[in-house]
Amino acid sequence: MIERLARLVNEDLAIVRWGRGMNDTFMVEVGDTQFLLTVRDGRIEKLEKGPFTMRPWRFAIRAKREAWDKFWQKTPAPGWHDLFALLRRGDVAFEGDQRVLMAYLLYVKLVLAAPRNA
Amino acid sequence: MKLEPIVGRYAQFGKYRLYFEEAGQGIPLLCLHTAGSDGRQYRGVLNDAAITKHFRVITFDMPWHGKSSPPAGWEKEDYRLTTDSYTGMIMDFIRALGLERPVVMGCSIGGRIVLDLALKHARELRALIGLQTGAYVERYYDAAWLDHPEVHGGRACGAVAYGLMSPLSPEKERWETVWHYMQGGPGVFTGDLYFYQVEGDIRGRIGAIDTSVCPLYLLTGEYDYSASPRDTEAVTERVRNTKFVAMKGLGHFPMSENPEAFLGYLRPVLDEIRRA
Repeated sequence: MIERLARLVNEDLAIVRWGRGMNDTFMVEVGDTQFLLTVRDGRIEKLEKGPFTMRPWRFAIRAKREAWDKFWQKTPAPGWHDLFALLRRGDVAFEGDQRVLMAYLLYVKLVLAAPRNA
Repeated sequence: MKLEPIVGRYAQFGKYRLYFEEAGQGIPLLCLHTAGSDGRQYRGVLNDAAITKHFRVITFDMPWHGKSSPPAGWEKEDYRLTTDSYTGMIMDFIRALGLERPVVMGCSIGGRIVLDLALKHARELRALIGLQTGAYVERYYDAAWLDHPEVHGGRACGAVAYGLMSPLSPEKERWETVWHYMQGGPGVFTGDLYFYQVEGDIRGRIGAIDTSVCPLYLLTGEYDYSASPRDTEAVTERVRNTKFVAMKGLGHFPMSENPEAFLGYLRPVLDEIRRA
């Protein structure tokens, strides 16, 4: 699912506009697989698949593959429909610079939910 | 043009200057908004002719929220809502407007405070309706980020509210609900969450609620993970004879994120209250 994310975001101004001013790289972990998303002014400039060696990132969002599968359903079930829903149930971990994550929280939520529309 | 029947006014009493809106005539129905928002959340209820035919629907913006003023000297202190200040302002408002045995309906923090009203003021109230009621919510994120000089509070508060809604609710109403959150003042949502996530743990007291004095209705949207149906069920296990309905396809802001669907659940409750 996540491989199509860059195109889905970049083609959708309604998502890109919430990321304006963001110029950072963040990690998304889907089970054992790591992805680095490099954002330039709200567009996903690069989406790279790991493994990585000594690559920096601003913040990381880690969840099991099964959790992302439920999160990425077209209409997710209650409790699986939002990043903070996963947080409350203990199925996602946020690491790194929480300030940047919170500053761009709406953007990050919309970006990570974009695969639902694939 | 369509002119809505809702009328807004300001009221000064005691230490308050509060903005409130109302529509309809009959039994007073006082509606309490969620943390960090304002009375616009009840636009669907205030505009519903089937309800306003029998009820005088009223909603006030809490101090610091919406168009209500913060108290003089607000710039010198952190805003923090507490159980006593919240219950106090509700009863002050009821007495100032001379509302006789109103029905009080609140959502989220309002859904919590109706439990305190049930304990302390049952005889002065006709019925209580808790939306998204939980007796306590453990902190699962740090609300201090919602009031941080390097994080835009409006954007962050909007992002938190966005996720609490159902993906099935109409986009237009969901984004209106987000907008209210984006308009909140700095530290206000966080100050409300002090009551919701820290001070306002009412679990130990609710067993003393007597629903034979004042009926307690509980309606909870299934997509809410802040006050989930499970959290409301935990209340029903401690309070005898509550009337609980889990609302399909709705989230944390039922009256605002999907007014039409919510009214389908509210109207029968109000009919029952009216006929009792």
